[in-house]
Amino acid sequence: MEAEAAQYIGAGIACLALIGAALGIGNIFANYLSAAIRNPSAAPAQFPNLLLGFALAEATGLFGLVVALILIFVI
Amino acid sequence: MATVDTGAFFDPMYQFEIVRILPLTIGGLDVSFTNASLYMVAIVALVSLFMIQSMRGRALVPGRLQSLAELSYEFIANMVRDNAGSEGMRFFPFIFSLFMFILFANMIGMIPYSYTVTSHIIITFALAITVFLGVTAVGFVKHGLGFLKLFAPSGVPVILLPLIIVIELISYLVRPITLSVRLFANMTAGLVIMKVFAGFVLLLGVGGVLGMVGALVPLLFMVAFTALKVLVAFLQAYVFAILTCIYLNDALHMHH
Repeated sequence: MEAEAAQYIGAGIACLALIGAALGIGNIFANYLSAAIRNPSAAPAQFPNLLLGFALAEATGLFGLVVALILIFVI
Repeated sequence: MATVDTGAFFDPMYQFEIVRILPLTIGGLDVSFTNASLYMVAIVALVSLFMIQSMRGRALVPGRLQSLAELSYEFIANMVRDNAGSEGMRFFPFIFSLFMFILFANMIGMIPYSYTVTSHIIITFALAITVFLGVTAVGFVKHGLGFLKLFAPSGVPVILLPLIIVIELISYLVRPITLSVRLFANMTAGLVIMKVFAGFVLLLGVGGVLGMVGALVPLLFMVAFTALKVLVAFLQAYVFAILTCIYLNDALHMHH
């Protein structure tokens, strides 16, 4: 196999990190919603934490993107 | 990466190019004034101008600009107080400057044809390593060598201790990397996606009537994605600031 082909395959595989990010984001919002429905009065206070969790979960998926970018542009 | 044939117009990485505005070399070191430097100077000037101009009146009943400044002040002040305690308020000016700098950098990057300084890993890494070194110094100044107990949480069995210390040490040392890569990757990924979809719109748009109708799909996606990117631009500045607070809390109070 050519080295360049392996680079692109590796970059594609690195995008699998998005599976984890998607699960994480879905998990956060699902849990927030179910908790907010149970106790609506406590929901607004936890909204900043929701956004923080969303940003943290989203960022882990983007680490995969960084790996892909390194594979394509740096190596 | 062979993107030369389509030209710089379609290259999603073209927007991150650094251009030397004022070439300058000191002792073999390239310290040119680049477009990134220009934008950073502009950001600092804008933040200073905003804060000074808005608080000039010092009105008891704030006007529009003053309430905006007071809102951002209160927002960060509450965050520092909640996450790092009243002791952390000593570091409030630093965290506030950090937040405003990243927020303005991200928001200015949302303007078409402008430049996002936070999409460069070296800039976010410089910010993150400053936070990391500063927080570590605060910990050692406050607790002396007792700060090292941070890596050996109490209540852990002695047999597990060597393993835990290694894990804690790695998770501590990796902080500047995750902190910087999080911000950099979010901004870069957003800008690249925007550019790629803008390319779709153009490529479909030249394909006759059917193509123009098809081009509406990526166009609508771009509109929605711009809204998401404004949210992310704010959120990443917030996350950077809140994580700084959490790290500071670790150094100040050491409860695990």
